[in-house]
Amino acid sequence: MTANMPDGADARVLAERLLGPKGPELTCEECFDVLDVYVERELADADAGAAMPAMRAHLAGCSACRDDYDSLLALLRNGFGA
Amino acid sequence: MFAFLDGPRFSGSVTESQRAAVASGVTVPPDLVSQSWVARLNRSGAERDAAVAELHGLLLRTARFEINRRWAAFSNLYGADLDDLAWQSADDALMSIVRRLGDFRGDSQFTTWACKFAIVEAGVKVRRHAWRTREIPLAPAFWPVVADPAPGPHQHAEARDLLWALREEVDRLTGRQREVFVAIALNDVPIDVLAERLNTTRGALYKVLHDARRKLRTGLEARGLGITMGEQS
Repeated sequence: MTANMPDGADARVLAERLLGPKGPELTCEECFDVLDVYVERELADADAGAAMPAMRAHLAGCSACRDDYDSLLALLRNGFGA
Repeated sequence: MFAFLDGPRFSGSVTESQRAAVASGVTVPPDLVSQSWVARLNRSGAERDAAVAELHGLLLRTARFEINRRWAAFSNLYGADLDDLAWQSADDALMSIVRRLGDFRGDSQFTTWACKFAIVEAGVKVRRHAWRTREIPLAPAFWPVVADPAPGPHQHAEARDLLWALREEVDRLTGRQREVFVAIALNDVPIDVLAERLNTTRGALYKVLHDARRKLRTGLEARGLGITMGEQS
């Protein structure tokens, strides 16, 4: 099965998504270890990504860990966990 | 139980939170509520039982929250299945937390630390449950091609060259790297689902994916087709 790819810009976006982050990144296990700290920094309006760039990179490349991050952030924003 | 939560700990690496704490020069002790949680869970008798029950309630609410967020994406999940998954997730998260209670350093609130176990357990269980009867596509089911006609000759050629080169570089990966890359990156198979089918761990599979991506980048750069949009500062 194939799908249409209309232009070069979209092709680069697709390639970028497939290739993931370029910089150093944490492993899934290390990501889990600091997930709670990272999310609390986000909620405190601190730039968690700047402070923890390898974590940011991993979240950009690992959709499962990104799901976990999104969910924990949403959970705390909804007042759960207290 | 999700092996990822109970696997071997990294003994030699310094975590980002530790680096951040060192960089800031500040050591923050756990807040009083967190200290109370840990103290109650470390006691014995009725007080510990009450703390465990309270924690399980929190984990169950967290697991239900996560499953409710995810269930719409999986049409083969129903009410009884969903709540059963929530209970299993809370039970397994509680066991992991009790086992790893000594790992809690107070870098976050205890409840945040605890809830992440339930989030991960529930997420994994939903994905595995949803895929339990599905075949894992290890061959490309979706390879984009350049549309004909394209908006302009130059863009058409650029897209065609990039995607064709990427496809050729994928063919140069090792068999294992190609399987993992195709399944996870190209066919969107959840990494924990693939890990279960291949009898390995999420971390081990991500390492294979990471190495495959690095090899693909190197191959594209050798062709003058480097992708730079995702560079981290």
